[in-house]
Amino acid sequence: MRRWLTEGFVLVIAAVVAFPLFWMVLSAFKPEDEIISADPVPWTTRPTLDSFTRALTVANFGRYFVNSIVVALIVVALSILISFLAATALTRFRFRSRTTLLIMLLVVQMVPVEALTVPLFFLMRSVGDSVPVFGLNHLGSLVLVHLAFSLPFAIWMLRGFVAAVPVELEEAATLDGASRFRFLWQVLFPLVAPGLVATSVLSFIHAWNDFLFAKTFIISAVENQTLPLALQVFVKPDQNDWGAIMAGSTLMTIPVLIFFIFVQRRLVSGLAGAVKG
Amino acid sequence: MTAKGQGRTAFAYLAPALLVLGGLLAYPIYQLVLISLFDYGQEQVSGGAPLEFLGLGNYQKLLGDQQFWTVLGQTVGFAAVCVVGTLLVGAFLAILATRVRTWVRMTLFLAALGAWSTPAVAGSTIWLFLFDANFGFVNEVLGIQGFSWTFDKWTAFGLVAAQVIWCSFPFVMVTLYAGIKAIPGEVLEAAALDGASAFRTAWSVILPLLRPIILVVTIQSIIWDFKVFTQIYVMTNGGGIAGRNLVLNVYAYQQAFAASEYGLGAAIGVVMTVLLLGITMFYLRALKRSGEVL
Repeated sequence: MRRWLTEGFVLVIAAVVAFPLFWMVLSAFKPEDEIISADPVPWTTRPTLDSFTRALTVANFGRYFVNSIVVALIVVALSILISFLAATALTRFRFRSRTTLLIMLLVVQMVPVEALTVPLFFLMRSVGDSVPVFGLNHLGSLVLVHLAFSLPFAIWMLRGFVAAVPVELEEAATLDGASRFRFLWQVLFPLVAPGLVATSVLSFIHAWNDFLFAKTFIISAVENQTLPLALQVFVKPDQNDWGAIMAGSTLMTIPVLIFFIFVQRRLVSGLAGAVKG
Repeated sequence: MTAKGQGRTAFAYLAPALLVLGGLLAYPIYQLVLISLFDYGQEQVSGGAPLEFLGLGNYQKLLGDQQFWTVLGQTVGFAAVCVVGTLLVGAFLAILATRVRTWVRMTLFLAALGAWSTPAVAGSTIWLFLFDANFGFVNEVLGIQGFSWTFDKWTAFGLVAAQVIWCSFPFVMVTLYAGIKAIPGEVLEAAALDGASAFRTAWSVILPLLRPIILVVTIQSIIWDFKVFTQIYVMTNGGGIAGRNLVLNVYAYQQAFAASEYGLGAAIGVVMTVLLLGITMFYLRALKRSGEVL
């Protein structure tokens, strides 16, 4: 009897927690008159794709979606490459400044990156003078900052995975005549794949969700905005287009949700590996 | 391979990482401190006026400004409410999750996963819509149509805090749940054999065993909630009417990019960094004391 009560209670809580997401999807499919009705109801009898159409055509949401994807994927690819090399160097080699570097990696993770908006803004401004692609108003600037923010943690985490690969394997590969390069990419790289998945998810989500830097860097180039900013386009002081906002939010949330569900197991084991390492 | 050769290869591997981190993290940190020592306004940015070295002038101005102290107080208070709320909700649900059947637990975890993965901007707008004065479902249920949650300073802060708790409790819940599950069954059986009540078991057995994990999630939450930006910015439209819902992060942004007081904005950034590093030091110290190995 008591268990039934507890379970009922837990299910109610789950419903409350999920409700905002349910409401988002529901509102995205509601026709406009139901959205701005004074008596909103938690169902709809006339589902429609109008809001999605409006989001994708009027506000050019598709373009921003592509921008967001491009930034996030480039960040993921580069951070995998760079952090894999760095993690290998930090675990497989002994050199003098190794410990110093490790401690610096740890400290850098504690710096609130939000505080760096001002210097980064000026940095990107001067970078843009010589290499426009990485300057303000270009997606390159976002790629650069998110790459920098995701690297310390990615390196830190991959270190544990690289360390877990037995050194004998490298010796065996060398005996078999594999070059260092070949060992690195054909033996070691596939073996640390679970760690790569976990780190890339975190880098992806970081870049995908960013609002602050997108807002700071992409000032006038409307065509280079990313999703979080584009969502703000619909938010008007007096009359919000809630249908389109909810359709946009749905489009923005679904990739992350799918990603999260797919990798949650690997993520947990990846995080555990990093802690153990 | 010789030691020297090893070092050379290692640095070749490290070069890209060092380049990115040096250029985009270390250098900006140095620049942040530097800018905070100058009078850096619109005229200087456009290149019309020469830079004027102020020394600690920006900090003096900041510390003498009543608004800075109000914002600092609000930031601490807001973070405190969010942290306590997140921990209480997360811990409570983690305990409940151990007492229900698998499918019920999975339902709860799935809902939490959804809240967890919602991007901050999307989450903020969803909550705004749910609590909208005229078209919001919450006001319809409560029968208070026309009531604006974001107009009053305290209801606005409360609404944002609720949103922050909604998307951050899952982390605490999942971590604590894993922690509870890791406690060996024998320990709990022994406690039960000794006649300990459920409350006594929770308080004197489970809680001390979970202390290291609780510490980690607490400090992690403090660090996150102290620097909330998106939720405040989106939900209170940039810090509320006349800036009464500002927190440090948004305040720094507004000073720098809305008021073009880049020096002052950088100074706020430095203050925030120092405060957070202080918390982090405390965290590392506490971790060490609880016997955790780095």
